Amino acid sequence: MKLKKSAILLVSSLIVTSFMTLSTAAEEPEYSNSVDWNKFRDRNVTLNVYNWGEYISVDDGENLYDTNREFEELTGIKVNYTNFASNEELYAKLKNGGSSYDIIIPSDYMIARMINEDMLEKLDFSNIPNYSLIMDKFKGIDYDPTEEYSVPYMWGMVGIIYNTTLVDPEDDVYSWSILWNEKYANNILMFSNSRDAFAIACKYLGYSMNTTDEQELRNAAAALTNQKLLVQAYVMDEIFDKMTGGEAALAPYYAGDAITMIGDNPDLAYAVPREGTNLFVDAMCIPKGAKNKEAAEMYINFMCETKTALHNCEYIGYSTPQSEVSEYLDPELATNPIAYPDEATLENTEAFIALPDDTTKLMDELWTSILTANSSAPWTIPVFLIACLGASICINVTRARKKKRGN
Amino acid sequence: MNKKSKLAAAPYLLWMIVFIIVPLLLIAVFAFTTTATCDADGNVLSEEELAEYLAECEENEVEPVLTEKNIFTFQNILDVSKYSTVLVNSAWLALIATAICLVIAYPLAYMISRMFYSRQKLALMLVMLPMWMNFLLRTYAWMTLLERNGLINKFFGLFGIGPFNMINTQGAVVLGMIYNYLPFMILPLYSVMTKIDDRTIEAAQDLGANGWQVISRVVMPLSMPGVASGITMVFVPSVSTFIISRMLGGGTNMLIGDLIDLQFLGNAYNPNLGAAISLVLMVFIFLCMSITNQLDNEDMEGVLL
Repeated sequence: MKLKKSAILLVSSLIVTSFMTLSTAAEEPEYSNSVDWNKFRDRNVTLNVYNWGEYISVDDGENLYDTNREFEELTGIKVNYTNFASNEELYAKLKNGGSSYDIIIPSDYMIARMINEDMLEKLDFSNIPNYSLIMDKFKGIDYDPTEEYSVPYMWGMVGIIYNTTLVDPEDDVYSWSILWNEKYANNILMFSNSRDAFAIACKYLGYSMNTTDEQELRNAAAALTNQKLLVQAYVMDEIFDKMTGGEAALAPYYAGDAITMIGDNPDLAYAVPREGTNLFVDAMCIPKGAKNKEAAEMYINFMCETKTALHNCEYIGYSTPQSEVSEYLDPELATNPIAYPDEATLENTEAFIALPDDTTKLMDELWTSILTANSSAPWTIPVFLIACLGASICINVTRARKKKRGN
Repeated sequence: MNKKSKLAAAPYLLWMIVFIIVPLLLIAVFAFTTTATCDADGNVLSEEELAEYLAECEENEVEPVLTEKNIFTFQNILDVSKYSTVLVNSAWLALIATAICLVIAYPLAYMISRMFYSRQKLALMLVMLPMWMNFLLRTYAWMTLLERNGLINKFFGLFGIGPFNMINTQGAVVLGMIYNYLPFMILPLYSVMTKIDDRTIEAAQDLGANGWQVISRVVMPLSMPGVASGITMVFVPSVSTFIISRMLGGGTNMLIGDLIDLQFLGNAYNPNLGAAISLVLMVFIFLCMSITNQLDNEDMEGVLL
């Protein structure tokens, strides 16, 4: 009797699961025949893909869709997938040479810089028919105004993540000025990279975040120096631990990650300041020196397939630039204003562009002096070195004297 | 025989040339060069000349022809002096960490070296045990311990004390250095002290030295080489660390290592300045080390005489 019961249970659960897989399969889009996927099969082609960490759907036991594996099965092209942690790391690696990549996925301002320095190949869009699926508002943005070098992959915004139990509801979280509110001294986290930090200070002061005006940058630096007294720590990925653990009250960060953090700690909330914020786009490009450009374009086209984009977007939590994907998305995510803000919020954003060398240098210099804060006395290093030399000579002289006396 | 031993040394020599000498030379080359804009013939243009040329091109509506060339300069080294506070601050924190390490490690190493042999092994293993864990993980663990809602503050909270503000301070950075580099102080001290013969100490006692005199007149001078190498092995990584200050110092206490990291992986990619800072740091460390080595030599001679 007992056995029978469990058998029924097993059978019924089997039916349910098979039905469930059937139903999701029916909902899920299939790969299109936009290009001949088999073109490079059996030709022993390998693509080197260089992407951000945790920025593609992988098979982790829970989520079964592995983007690169699917691509390998579909096309027979091998994918050699590696990660970078920042745009600057990617840039340094490409600039040093010695490594060759076929596909890279940098952010907007870095793409602009690479275009300026002639580091990217022009794409052949006849090999990327899925480019038509990208929403028009993500085409021809300032970083690639002629739409020749890049295909958007993911986008997002910077906003303020705050802990509702620690922030006074009277205070206006929809303004960057809350990051300068003395009430939250030692409760504020801040970006530890100069570009994002300066962008916030510039918006707070009402400047463009792409300003090249030296005085404006110095004013922004002064604002950041004042803010330093209130800042608990300058962080990047450490923010996940600190915000979900209730370690700090306020922090500016990326929208996609805000969703993850709110999922872990429901006390957290997210706000986009009305002064305007940064809209960032990470896009796929082919660097100069890529060995197999056409196969790389096939990979880009594959990434823009509705099915691929859907899985990547679901896994990463960032927003996709392909409108048709939202039809298949979990409605909770598709209507989430953090991931897909309304038009008015989008209008009020600014994308980073490449800054001239002088400006980035000045920015880094100002940033270093903010972090070290104390007034620097340029004579200290020579004095230090001379003191060391002096001590060294002194010891030698006394030693020689001692020896003489001993003799 | 001699020829054979030279042959055996060849792989090491090659290794040293490829991975030590060449990178050092590369750093020196980077530190003393900068990219300058040149005209088509390769003549270096000053800023005014460049602006003039660009204006001229615009007027005549021709594409400007410019090339780039690496030229010799002292500017990078001079630029380093802008960041002298960072260097002094790093040296100061590293010095404190080294001193505390020495104070902790010296008695411990002495005690271990006087244990039974089997216990010595166990004690050494305990010293090494934390090093089996990944460096980053160890530092990360301190982060969760020291945080305002961290374990230590939670513990104090049970008694109604605190919370204390421990993380993101210079003290936390020094603590991170001490914790991570303490074994590097204990091991060289232990290996020197374990060679001090018990009979030497007994002889000193027979000749009427009291406990303190045994330590100060016999053990200390004999252990000086261990002290010198221990100081080197703690001070050098401490002064150039960057991940500890970032994780435990909250990024508010920039150290020289962070500064070098910023030049290579920061917003303004400037390997020339980065190399110049590393070069200055190397010279600085070299001078510090030569001082400790001389101290050690002197004392050794005192013992031998």
